Order: sequence, then C-alpha cells, then structure tokens
Amino acid sequence: MLKFTGNELTTLYSAISGLRKLYLPIEKGGEVSYGPYTGTETVRLDVLKTVKSAKDAFFPQSEFLMKFKAEGKNITLETPSEEMEDFVVMGVRACDARSFDILDSVYLAKPVDSYYKTRRDHGLVITHACNEPAATCFCTVFGIDPAKPAGDISTWTADGTLYWEANTEKGKAFTEELEKALAEKAAEEAKLAEATEEDIAKVEAEQAAVTEMVKQLPFANLDLTGFDAEHMMEKFNDPQWKELSRACLGCGTCTYVCPTCQCYDIRDYDTGHGVQRIRCWDSCMYSDFTLMAGGNSRKTQVERFRQRFMHKLIYHPSNHEGTYSCVGCGRCLDKCPIQMNIVKVIKALGVKES
Amino acid sequence: MQRIIDKIQELFANDTVDRVLGWKTGEFSWERTPHVFTKEGGLDGFVYDDFCGANLSKYLIDESAKKDAGKVLVLLKPCDTYSYNQLIKEHRVKPENIYVLAIPCRGKVNVDAVKAAVGTTVLAVEETEGDDLKVKTFRGEKIVNRNDVLFEKCQVCQKTHQVYDEIIEAEPYERPKKDRFAEVEALEALSPEERYEFWRTQLSKCIRCNACRNVCPACNCRTCVFDNAKSGVATKANTDDFEENMFHIIRAFHVAGRCTDCGECSRVCPQNIPLHLLNRKYIKDMNTYYGEYQAGEDAETRGPLTNFTKEDVEPSIVYGKGGK
Amino acid sequence: MTDARQNDMLIPKIGIVTDIRRETPDVKTFRVNALTGGKVFEHMPGQCAMLSIPGRGEAMFSITSSPTNEEYMEFSIKKCGIFTDWLHEIEPGQQIMIRGPLGNHFPVEDKLLGNDLIIIAGGIGLAPVRSVINYCRANRADYGSLDIVYGARSKKDLVFYQEIVDEWMTTENTNVYLTTDVASDDWDGHVGFVPNYVKELNLSTDKTVVMCGPPVMIKFTLQNLMDLGFKRTQIYTTMELRMKCGIGKCGRCNIGDKYVCKDGPVFRFDELDALPDEY
Repeated sequence: MLKFTGNELTTLYSAISGLRKLYLPIEKGGEVSYGPYTGTETVRLDVLKTVKSAKDAFFPQSEFLMKFKAEGKNITLETPSEEMEDFVVMGVRACDARSFDILDSVYLAKPVDSYYKTRRDHGLVITHACNEPAATCFCTVFGIDPAKPAGDISTWTADGTLYWEANTEKGKAFTEELEKALAEKAAEEAKLAEATEEDIAKVEAEQAAVTEMVKQLPFANLDLTGFDAEHMMEKFNDPQWKELSRACLGCGTCTYVCPTCQCYDIRDYDTGHGVQRIRCWDSCMYSDFTLMAGGNSRKTQVERFRQRFMHKLIYHPSNHEGTYSCVGCGRCLDKCPIQMNIVKVIKALGVKES
Repeated sequence: MQRIIDKIQELFANDTVDRVLGWKTGEFSWERTPHVFTKEGGLDGFVYDDFCGANLSKYLIDESAKKDAGKVLVLLKPCDTYSYNQLIKEHRVKPENIYVLAIPCRGKVNVDAVKAAVGTTVLAVEETEGDDLKVKTFRGEKIVNRNDVLFEKCQVCQKTHQVYDEIIEAEPYERPKKDRFAEVEALEALSPEERYEFWRTQLSKCIRCNACRNVCPACNCRTCVFDNAKSGVATKANTDDFEENMFHIIRAFHVAGRCTDCGECSRVCPQNIPLHLLNRKYIKDMNTYYGEYQAGEDAETRGPLTNFTKEDVEPSIVYGKGGK
Repeated sequence: MTDARQNDMLIPKIGIVTDIRRETPDVKTFRVNALTGGKVFEHMPGQCAMLSIPGRGEAMFSITSSPTNEEYMEFSIKKCGIFTDWLHEIEPGQQIMIRGPLGNHFPVEDKLLGNDLIIIAGGIGLAPVRSVINYCRANRADYGSLDIVYGARSKKDLVFYQEIVDEWMTTENTNVYLTTDVASDDWDGHVGFVPNYVKELNLSTDKTVVMCGPPVMIKFTLQNLMDLGFKRTQIYTTMELRMKCGIGKCGRCNIGDKYVCKDGPVFRFDELDALPDEY
C-alpha cells in the first residue's frame, strides 16, 4: 500500500490530469456529480453519494452514435472514430464500481456494444473506500464491501491522508507512471510513498469502523429470498404492485440516478446539416417506453413500475447467474419524490418476517 | 394528528367519503408516501406531521375521475388548496367527488437540510413538542431547530386555506419573515452575464428526469409536448445540455399565470435546481405589469395571461426595442 | 476499425430498394439488395431486420423472403405509423439502412423437419410466415404436407395473392385455404374468420402449427386449436413489441426474462405460457 504524502490532493489530481483526462466528483451549483477536472473545479472526494452515479463514464446519458446524410436517394453513413484518449475516473465508491460489472454483463455480452467497450478499454477506475455510510446504504446485501472497493486502483482516506493500492496490471502500470510524473513535477514531499505499518494500521482501523457501522444500518439484513427466476410468475402476479405503484409520478429520477439502470433509447435528429443518431438513457417509468403504433404493452404506471423492479430483482438475475441488477447504493431511496423504492418493494414482496 | 384521524373516522362512519388521500409512513422516520386509505382497509400507517411536504392535489385528477366510487377525502395544507382551485378552474378534477379537509401546517421539514445541518449520517429524525427536532446519528443525538430546515416554499409561506369542506383549525404560529421575491430581486440585480452564468450552472445540472413536470399540478396536459414524438420537439436525447434550459423555460412559460408557487418543482428536484425562481420571476413580473395576482385564490377568475382588459400593459412597455 | 466496431449490431449497412410492389391498398413489398448486388446479409425464416431512413426513424420488420432466395431480401410492410407512412412514399432506387439478422427463427432445421405443417395467418401476418412457406417449398422433400390457412378482411386485402395462386397452390402436397371476413362480388371463395375456418377444416392434430396474425385472431385460433386437440407444444408464433436495439440491450421488448428481439420473436405457446402475460 502507498500513501500520498502531499499536503493538498489537488497536487495529485493535477499530476493525474497531466497524464490522462480525469473525471472526479465535482461540485457544481451545490450538487456533486462526476465531471472533468481541469484544475479549477471543486473536488468532493468526501461526498458519499454523487447525485448521478459513475455510470456516465462508460454509458453517458446522451451519446453520439453516427451521422447520415441523405442526398436524393443516396445515403452516406459515418460512424465516429474509435480513437479515444485514455481517461481516469477517480473517487468511485464500492457500489458504483460493482455496477460496472453489471453494465458489462449487458453491454459486453455478444453482440458487443462497441461504444461501451471502447470506453471500458480506455478507462481506468480509481475507487475510494467509504468512511461513513448513509442510512440508505445497503451494498453489503449484494456482497459489496464499502471498505474494500474494487477497481484498477483502490484508495482510502484515513486520518486525513490518502492511501493507494493498485489491484490490476493496468492499475500498477498507471501507478508507476504517476510516481514518475509526481517525481518530475511536484514538490519533493508530494509523492506516493510506501505506507508504514503504522499507516496500514490506521487504514485497517478505518475499515473496521466502517464495517461496524454498516452492520448497524437499517437494511443490513435485507432478505432477498424468493427473488429468482423460479418465482418469476409469483412475483409478477403479486397483487401488491397496484398499491406499491399508486403514488408513482412516472418520473425517471430512480432510473437516472441508478448506477445499474441500462435501458436506452435511440433517436435521430435532423441538424439541418445531416441527421445525427443519438443514444440516450431511457426510463421504463416513462409512458412512451413501450409505446408503438399498434398500442402499448405496459399501459399504466402499475406495469411500468413493476417492470423496473422485476427487471432488477428477477429478470436480470435470471439471465445473469443470479446477479441482481442493484448494488444497494440507495440513491433511489434518497431521491424518489414520493419515497417509494426498491427496499419497500423487496420487503413487501419478499418473505415476511415472522 | 388525532383530530384528523377522528374526523376521518367520523366521515367514514357517516358515509360522506369512502377513502382518504393522505400520507403513509415508510422505512425511515421521515418517509411520507402519498397513499389512498380506504374505509375497509383502515388507517394503518396513516400519518400527518412535519415531514408531509408533498402536495396531494394532483392525485385528485385520477382519484376524482374514478367511476363506481364514492367521494374521496383529501387532506390539503394551505398551499395545496391553491393548486386545487387551479385544477377546478382548469376542469381537471371533479369537485363533486371530492371532500376537502383543510389541515393545519406550520411549515414542512426538508430532511436533506437536516442531513446537511448535522453533517453526519442521519439514522432517524423525531419531532418534539416544541421547535426542536431530535436527530439520531452514528455520532449520538443532535438537536436541530425545525425552522432552520424547512423547505424553501415554507420559508416564505404566507398562504391560508382558500377552499375546503371542513377545516381543522390551526393553532396560531409565527409566520416566516423572509420575502418570497428577495431571491428573484437578487437575480434581477445581477448583470445579464452573471445571471446567465447562474442559470447555466443550475440548469445544466438537470438530468431530465421530469420529476418537476410530473409533480407539478399545473403541468396536467394529457400528453406533454416533450413526450410526443410527433411534436418534433421531444428532447429525451439531448445533444447539448443547453436543451435543458429550453425545457425549463418553456415549462415555466406554460405554467405562467397558473403556477400557484406551491414549490413542488424545487422540492422534488434530485439536483436541487431552484426551479421555483423561474416561476416566481414570472409571478413577480405579472404582479408588476398586470396588478397583484395569486393563482388559485379562487376557482373562477381568469389569470392575467388568459384575460384581456383595456388596462393591460402594452408589450412595448414591457419590453421595448433595443432590449429595454 | 476494430472487430467490435465492425460487428456492432447498432451500426446499419446501406442497401438499396430495387423494387416496390403494391400487395393491398395499405401493404407494399419492398425488395432490398446490397449496393453491390445480392443480399445485404443472410438470414433464417422468421428472423427480422431493422430498417431505417435518416431522420425518419427506425423500425423492426420480419424478413418475408425465404433465405433460399439468393438474389434479394423482401419486406412486406403495412402503412400504420410515421415511419411506415414514409416508406410507402419512397421509389425504387432509394437507399435504405438495414441491420440484422435479428432474433431467433422458426425451427425449420430441427423441430419442423419432416413434419406435416399447418401455416395459419391473418392479414399482414402472412409476411413473417411466407419465409417459412417458401423455405419449405424450396426444400419440399424435407417436410411433410403443407396446409396454409390464410384470411384477410376482403379479397383486395390478401397479400401475395398472385404468388399464392400461381406458386403455392401448384406446389405438390400443399393445400391452400383462403378466406375473407366479408363477402364481396369479386370473391367466390370461403367467407368467415380464420379461427372458425380452422375449426371447420378439422385438420389432423398430429401436425405442427405456425401461426401469425392480429392478437384477436391468435387468441381465438389458439382456443379453437386447443378444442380440436392440438397441444401448445405443437404451435409456434411470432411476437411483436416495441423494439429499439434489436439485440436485447435497450430493455423494452421483454416478456418476463425473455427479450422478443433476441430470444424471440419466435416462441412456442408453451414457452409463452411460462412467461408473464404482458404482451
């Protein structure tokens, strides 16, 4: 394990952004989401939950797919270059880091989504361990350890110091590159130095404290028994969907703050100089999601609401060896305008506590 | 709350209503989900307290249109009654199927503000008799004054119940002193560049979740123009975050004169964009140019933008050539 | 370009519409070739493709031509929305974007092989199964008898009418039963709805059924087939839901844990029975 010895983390951010395009949790207008770091932004590595998850790094909300030109009866098609500069996304929490595995299981499955794959190939993920969870966190239910986040490189804050450990070959190579850059540019004291035993003890104490806090969280023992392919029909036909969805506004907040929601729409825009095809996030909560010329297979909010939770808790695990499409980040619990969420659904439809 | 429950039980017993549109408790001490309680189902989980910020009036569009159902009792706070009047005015609810129980309010607590105030993980928030909120955290219990953590809409509220079948009288409380146009005036005082910068910073945070639109009682079009593929302006896939500016400005124009300043748009915004300031700017301008007007004070009068009088200000006076 | 980008199913290929034939007042058949001639890609009966024209949208259509046709692909398309309205306006020579083949196909290589087949279709529902019919005709020896029951509102609404009369009716061991919903002066054939005609024909229950048509036809025909003694494991159909990506990623065309665009569009009824009723 290494530790950053500089007084200011901005020294580290600058060194990284000198090597790669860097995305960090950035504060803008009072809220924090991932954004490019150019040196002037307010970085909030301390903020537990960015409003939007880190998924934009690999699956952006809107993305240019291709453009066409129609001249007379002829069409020409132009796809964007796959050339892309390598980038780093730093400050990713354990839950969001796991969400990348879930997105991979969809977008890297055959036929591979080349747009997503390009970003994955060029992106390096630096995670940051949680120091204090929120009451709405329940990542441990999905086997995620907030004190030991995955990623190419993991970082910890303990006693005001940033600790650093490379997990993958990609992470190790980048760490070496960064060490060189720091040695060349930054002041003598700002470097990645080997952590002492005393340092490691501090990190371990922080990890132990988080682990203890997480155990006390209200949803630490959320029971997902019965949410599997075998119970698909039973869950689908549960009479409670109507009541659960009754107050749903049909907005897309839960889907757009969710790190694992991966549904998209494809739209064409006539720019006046040719047509652009854009891919953008879509929400199963929206009435037009399944609308077609011949009607709508999910006519009311009851069906749309049910689809979202069935997808996360039954359909996705059914198609992906039992893995749920939820990482317990709790953003939907924090942000739903009517405070209806996946935990309430799990509790209502799951096994009843005796 | 007991007085409200007693009243509901009475109205159930004498068959005035068969269901109640109210709030239900949730997983956390602060969670309040709009819910319909039926006479048969009972009032299990029913709650009315400092956390019931949601405006229930928009749900009446569907609730009052139900066939083969009796009257629905709706609990309306003072601010919510303005929205309800507007919905009647726009023929979007059927008042004959609705029984309004006006309920007291002294401002609602914004849990995000509580979380920010204590600066550590909030596990539970409890009301007390007085103005204190007891906040349970990982680092012990903390006390927060409720008046410091109210929703913005409550910090400037001077509203009173405008329409009801019956009222649960409120105990008098001290109204907030903050001027609701102060923030608008502060924005007006900025240079155009600064003001542009302010709105770009705020509106570019928008994630186009449509929560503001879907919660807004004035946004009651059956199909929104932004959802209609045939309209040519459906903008789910933005090519530039400037498009969000257009969405919010067009929405603000569409509700101008009908917006009661209920503040729901800002309350639900996951990015805490102060959307109410757009609406409030229009309200302020309408007050200036057409005379004082509060949408939702009654269910009959025409709004300033849907009416014509000889005294109406000429457009050239509002905005002359050369941008002045 | 990398293999991933080269093979990205979201990126269409460009084809050219070389022929347009009017089938009925609201159905046209479009012949599509690669720009260099021949087919844009190979497919199996029942598979689909996404067609699009810049700025006009994109939609999924079944490939109505048989894979045994080595010269071109065909799509028979009913005018019923923004995109199809526009398609009906185009002229031969128009280039078109196409991606596919998408989805699964009728099991012509295993489950249907050697079997006596009943093909039941209503209206434009003949388009997806025409591919099966012509595939079986081209490999006639590999299949048993072929009974085709097809109905439409009136004679003028029967798609592929000339092909049915000239080619299908003259194929060996093949019976074609046509019906129209309403009687008319120019029609001396059977009059009545498809579900009832199927019942009247009293076809042997050891045959395998392939069915496609409007939901109401499917519902009643299925009921009547059950009454005749057919099993749901003997009956195949093809589904249509709102689709965008065509490759099981965009998340909208699922029925339970199955995506119509990827795991379908062809399903056997016992498979559909195991899925939630949401289509």
